[in-house]
Amino acid sequence: MTEKKLLMGNEAIALGAIETGVQVVTGYPGTPSTEALETIIRYADRCGIYTEWSSNEKVALETAIGAAYSGAKALVTMKQVGLNVASDPLMSLSYIGIKGALVLLVADDPGPHSSQTEQDTRVFGHFANIPVLDPATPQEAYELTKLAFELSHEFEIPVILRTTTRVSHSSGDVEVAVTEPALVESVDEGFVKDRRWTIFPRLTAERHPWLESVQDQLSERFSELSFNSVSGSGKIGIIASGVSALYVREAVETVRSFEELFTLFRVGTVYPFPEKAVLSFLKGIDRLIVAEELDPYLEEQVLQLIGRAHLSVEVYGKKNGFFPVSGEYNVDLVIDGINLALEACGESLRLSHALPTISGEKLPPLPVRAPTLCAGCMHRTVFYAFKQAAKQLKKESQADTIFSGDIGCYTLGNAYPLNMVDTCLCMGAGISIAGGLFRTNPKAKHVAFIGDSTFFHSGIPAVINAVYNRADITLAVLDNRTTAMTGHQPHPGIGLTALGSASRAIKIADVVQSCGVEFVRTVDTVDEDSLESCVKAAKEAMNFKGLSVIVFKGRCAGIIKPDKYYEIKPEACTGCGFCIKELGCPALNLASDKPVIQDSCSGCGLCAQVCPSEAICLGGEKL
Amino acid sequence: MKYNILIAGVGGQGVVLASRMLALAAMKAGFHVSTAETIGMSQREGSVSSHIRIGDKISGSLIPIGQADLLLGLEPAETVRNLPFLKKGGKVLVNTHAIQPASRPPGCPEYKSAALLSFLCEYYPDILCSDFTELAEDVGTYRTANVAMLGAAVGARVLPFPESTLRAVLDAEIPERYRAVNKAAFERAMKCIRLISGT
Repeated sequence: MTEKKLLMGNEAIALGAIETGVQVVTGYPGTPSTEALETIIRYADRCGIYTEWSSNEKVALETAIGAAYSGAKALVTMKQVGLNVASDPLMSLSYIGIKGALVLLVADDPGPHSSQTEQDTRVFGHFANIPVLDPATPQEAYELTKLAFELSHEFEIPVILRTTTRVSHSSGDVEVAVTEPALVESVDEGFVKDRRWTIFPRLTAERHPWLESVQDQLSERFSELSFNSVSGSGKIGIIASGVSALYVREAVETVRSFEELFTLFRVGTVYPFPEKAVLSFLKGIDRLIVAEELDPYLEEQVLQLIGRAHLSVEVYGKKNGFFPVSGEYNVDLVIDGINLALEACGESLRLSHALPTISGEKLPPLPVRAPTLCAGCMHRTVFYAFKQAAKQLKKESQADTIFSGDIGCYTLGNAYPLNMVDTCLCMGAGISIAGGLFRTNPKAKHVAFIGDSTFFHSGIPAVINAVYNRADITLAVLDNRTTAMTGHQPHPGIGLTALGSASRAIKIADVVQSCGVEFVRTVDTVDEDSLESCVKAAKEAMNFKGLSVIVFKGRCAGIIKPDKYYEIKPEACTGCGFCIKELGCPALNLASDKPVIQDSCSGCGLCAQVCPSEAICLGGEKL
Repeated sequence: MKYNILIAGVGGQGVVLASRMLALAAMKAGFHVSTAETIGMSQREGSVSSHIRIGDKISGSLIPIGQADLLLGLEPAETVRNLPFLKKGGKVLVNTHAIQPASRPPGCPEYKSAALLSFLCEYYPDILCSDFTELAEDVGTYRTANVAMLGAAVGARVLPFPESTLRAVLDAEIPERYRAVNKAAFERAMKCIRLISGT
């Protein structure tokens, strides 16, 4: 019995994993991967699946590895940059291999929409000798998840299921086999002691030939799978993987009898490259167009294959400028690339774009909507407080302040009008970068901002380093008691596990204290007059010699139900617009000549504290 | 059969929910469906859109330029921003209720929604517009403007599945405590559009 469901790609992956009998699931939230683990959490109790949000991706992978060493089927989920954090255990694991099964869901983000890199996990798999499957739709994501577990178990090697935003965050009708997931079987055997689990130079040397032979076996196997498919019979070949393959199909569909002109090769199992199948495809064509997002991975694979087999096939891809080297693809962009290639190979045929009612260039000027901190976000109060503190210090001692940001909602502190993020690189980097900036700019003040979840993810080693090596910096922990940006997952500071059961809440102030930080303050941002105390604490901390840490406590405006709102007294408001210009709060709007406070106000009262005319006051309670 | 719907709005307006309702209804009507939504960082007060592709075949989730059959604009500027996706002869339904951006960095154009609305009406004479936020607020809460727009689409008879299919989906998907207020917005908007367009 199968059933059709409307599933997001990430949900389809979760259901595929549950159906295959996954027993242990770990991960760290990261767009666009988060919903996979969130979906499994919903079934965890019913199916007896152990599920956790781990403190970071490396920890998540290692936990899953332990489970897989014991014969369990394990899944670990992360976004592409999370794989960088988890790469240390992964690179070693490929030599050791696993028992049971271990699948990594790694979601790439061409564009990027919500990421700091446009890295390509297909290439990472190649580098790490880990097989990579690359679905194009939620249906394929569901099926390839099941295949990933099968392959991982059979070959005793971890497998990467690589998605992109348009797969993970796409919804579609998915035919699922098991409509009501049942209880999974427990691990029978458990961990069996064996020297194979302890990596050592000699063991690595022994295992390396095995690892290479698995790559060859998998390449052979992949050549037979229907996920790598050929359609059409023309002399112009097109090779594509993931969503790009769908864009290609839609692009050429407008041509009558396109099957006679083109031959499409869709690659679903991208690494190890299905050489045998691709080679037989290459022998039937004389020109090849490569359409793929991110790195020219397929292109490099076919180029070396063409070279090795001494074929005479002209290749049109990223490397010779026919397709963009970066950014997200779509049908129109693929049409342009194919047309360029058709022109270069002397074909008269061109694919045509649909005619829009109006082109982008002819649109009237439009407002810019940069993503911004929510109305009532505690980060705004803290950023504004540090801005004031830095201004005062500049006046008093001519010291400039450099602000190092980090990854999370508070990266949005970089936006106008706050402009409070001077550096931002990767999870946990702000503290260490501030330390480095201090070495080279000793006269300046250095402030690093980090969120609560990011602090636990990778902030702690940097705190220890700053104490140990005596960095003179200030750390502001923005503790809004949730992993906000990815949709409010719990973390070690909350006192709740992924499934909502009670756990020990680790206090950030206690952690930094035990690391030897001498200046530790906890400041509340919720009070109606919190700005003044925040500015005072910020200044004190910045004047302290050595590492000073302030833990700012607040509530994420995205989860609280506001109980009050503020309003502007029109008779007192001079219309100076100071509140809007200083804060950039989305609840504040310049209606005509005077600002108004909109329904989205969540009652933080920051605007009332900055208004020079005291024209903003508590409006009342929200029902 | 191939029918593409683009819903455009601002983060927080409920674009994702509206998109899910349409996708479920299309599926219920026996079609393949695929959607692409804006999730993550850009949700925070940013421009968001949802592409819904309905048809006999599965395709990539992004609508190509000039291929949207229907543009549901939850906000005037966001409607204009997505016009290049609209195909010749495509339908536009607009919520005239403007949402000002949170801040206007120096050099960014000022948002004059009246100018954009008159541009829309001039360019697309058979456009259907109304203040669906106000309409939703009148029957309960401004938050149901997204569902009101679905009612408007039903009223304009521009959806590729029967009205009853969408109603059944709304009944099944919207939690009971919000159902009445959403239904009220849906009905009011449907009648309002029927009145305007004489359908």
